[in-house]
Amino acid sequence: MAPLLQLRSITKSFGAVRALRGVSFDLQPGEVHALLGENGAGKSTLIKVITGAHAPDGGTLAVAGEAVPHLTPAKAHALGIACIYQQPALFPDLSVAENIALRLEKTTPTHLVRWPERHVRAAELLHRIGAEIEPDAEVRTLSMPEQQLVEIACALGSGARIVIMDEPTASLTQKEQHLLFAVVRELRASGVGVIYISHRLEEIFALADRVTVLRDGESVGTNRVAALNETALIRLMVGREVAAIYPPSESAPGEVVLSLRGVGCAASGVHDIDLEVRTGEVVGLAGLVGAGRTELARVIFGLTPADAGEIKLSGRLIALREPRDAIAHGVGYVPEDRRRHGVIFEMPIAANTTMAIHPQLFPGAWLRLGAERELTESFLRDLAVKTSGPEAPGGSLSGGNQQKVALARWLATKPKLLILDEPTQGVDVGAKGEIHKIIRRLAKEGLAVLLISSDLPEILGMSDRIAVMRGGTIVAALPGHAAAHDVMAAALGQTGKVAA
Amino acid sequence: MGKYSRELSVAAVLGVLLIALAIFAPHFFTPQPLLSRLASQMPALVAAIGMTCVLLSRQIDISIGSQFSLCAVIAGLLAAAKLPLVVVIAGALGAGAAMGALNGALVAWLGLPSIVVTLATMVTWQETLRLWQQGRLLNLPAGLQWLGFRQTTGQFVLMAFAFALVALAAWALRRVAAGRFIYAVGSDVEAARLAGIEPRRVTFGVFVLMGLLVGVAAVMNVVQSPQVQPTSGDGFELKVIAAVVVGGVAVTGGRGRLWGVVPGLLLLASVNPALTHFHVQAYWEKAIQGAVILLAVLADGLNRRRQS
Repeated sequence: MAPLLQLRSITKSFGAVRALRGVSFDLQPGEVHALLGENGAGKSTLIKVITGAHAPDGGTLAVAGEAVPHLTPAKAHALGIACIYQQPALFPDLSVAENIALRLEKTTPTHLVRWPERHVRAAELLHRIGAEIEPDAEVRTLSMPEQQLVEIACALGSGARIVIMDEPTASLTQKEQHLLFAVVRELRASGVGVIYISHRLEEIFALADRVTVLRDGESVGTNRVAALNETALIRLMVGREVAAIYPPSESAPGEVVLSLRGVGCAASGVHDIDLEVRTGEVVGLAGLVGAGRTELARVIFGLTPADAGEIKLSGRLIALREPRDAIAHGVGYVPEDRRRHGVIFEMPIAANTTMAIHPQLFPGAWLRLGAERELTESFLRDLAVKTSGPEAPGGSLSGGNQQKVALARWLATKPKLLILDEPTQGVDVGAKGEIHKIIRRLAKEGLAVLLISSDLPEILGMSDRIAVMRGGTIVAALPGHAAAHDVMAAALGQTGKVAA
Repeated sequence: MGKYSRELSVAAVLGVLLIALAIFAPHFFTPQPLLSRLASQMPALVAAIGMTCVLLSRQIDISIGSQFSLCAVIAGLLAAAKLPLVVVIAGALGAGAAMGALNGALVAWLGLPSIVVTLATMVTWQETLRLWQQGRLLNLPAGLQWLGFRQTTGQFVLMAFAFALVALAAWALRRVAAGRFIYAVGSDVEAARLAGIEPRRVTFGVFVLMGLLVGVAAVMNVVQSPQVQPTSGDGFELKVIAAVVVGGVAVTGGRGRLWGVVPGLLLLASVNPALTHFHVQAYWEKAIQGAVILLAVLADGLNRRRQS
């Protein structure tokens, strides 16, 4: 029997980044096939190739034995490929039955709506997956897991043979998980192939028949789950040791700059954080996407104020209610989404560079444009920013150079603590190395750095100490020379079970 | 040209129109009517400073016509009560700032869209005024007109004051940190917040400034005539917004310069007298003004598309 889905040597690049380097993957009918890998290993890209959202650069794709040369989202849908995302894409103001109908009915502008039919079908599909949801309920009144169940009902109703689930349990309670597992098992029993992506190893062992591990855009092997244990699986994910491309740490940690004791913020899901960062020290904050790292950074910067615990900066207990408070105490934050919020595209580089200095002063403070230009030019030289000059708009810079200007903005405030959230994401290799050197130099000059990164080698290569987050709190504090394996194990919640 | 091309092209169109008038209708340049015409545009110019800041911060205020009428009536009542000039001015400015603060508070702290908030306050002030004054004309004491100067001197004083205010505001937008904040908030609210700017304060401040300048504009209008009409601000908001948009300020926030507003306003204001002097029926005025606005917006749209 031909596999439901067969990918051979799929390649895909984005600019200079090779996201997939020849991945082969197959899915049998009546199988749950888990897909595992670190952040950035290529899982999302592979899923987008399967759903037709990305056209691969090379390789072949076959559905039920028939080659599909040019897969589009519409064709994928017609072939019975459905994807259930973590964040369901439903219309919040419409009822469950309407949402299901919108996915399933082929509509022309003159199509007549048959309400009873819609209602019956929705009820039937929801019943099939054991979901106790009223077809008339507005989607906005449903919980996130209920919305996921509606998505699954849509997939079933459209006659999907291949169902992709992208971290479906990320926001579910224990009870809801069991319901979902039952649904997945039922799908399997009816001959549907399920591609299951999860970071929770226990789920993979509970649910999956086979597992494929991706690493750096390559498949490191497909195995029967029964033939593996957790240690072996983590080892597959982490793989080789970190290459010695990172500049060595030369700083000696000094006094404590940032000290968090039992800090929490209910609104952003961060709780019981104990953390210290010293002068001259780079502390890496590791964890999987959704572990709460950016949320913690936002608490420290006053964007989502803490509602529990105490925060000390340079030994003084302080309240951080607004970014202004954090800036006044010497905290700088280079945000994750640089493309959107790190630099202002319309404004000149000079204005971007001095943006964070003004709020400390009286807003009526006069700007000394000459001094501003000099300051900007010195940063442009110092950080080797490639640009036509301080008057060029921020949007004219390349990614790496934008990041340098975002850095310059905070260096201009002469901070004591700098939080860098994914500083090298989407930056080319050359600029990445330069940014690493800059971080090292700043640490040597006495800056305390909190480095958030999903790039495990970067965390390992740059950090003097590593704090690993999971589920909104720090689950492990490791030395900078920790093994990749231990960091990954902690991030996956396997600390107790895996020997170092 | 380069970065100033947008403002210069408006100025160029105005220049062409003025040259055409000089050749074909030299009467247009008779000093006294020209001066009166210019002076009558000064309140709108002052309000346009505030509107520029409002649009730059990606907001809009359509209630300024009603604010203008109300401020003018308050100034008129205070003057009719024989109170000193300082009190008259303070009353109008205070009323404007208070109305601006209400708009600002609703937009900044409740997060309501400014178009809806100012639509509501526009209607509210307009109807309040109608109920209160029943359309009465207010006669002003003799000393108030032209602030006691001779007419020509008074007109020059008003113009000098308005242009000085524009120059000051243009300088401030570029050279005072608060001006930077307005651009930053209008370009990218989240980025501004991440840089430690408090967008809500900036938004609030911009609306208060708008109201304050409407108060100034109302006083500048009151002193030009012996009477105050309770409907003096009808259509004022459209005129001011149009001048700012033609002057090159983007309604999407963060782009544009204040001084482009001067040729923008003068261009729109020249349409009517130009038609008279070219012996075209005055009915065409609004249509031509509309076309000018459309052309300005179209130029911006094409320009942005070319850039991206």
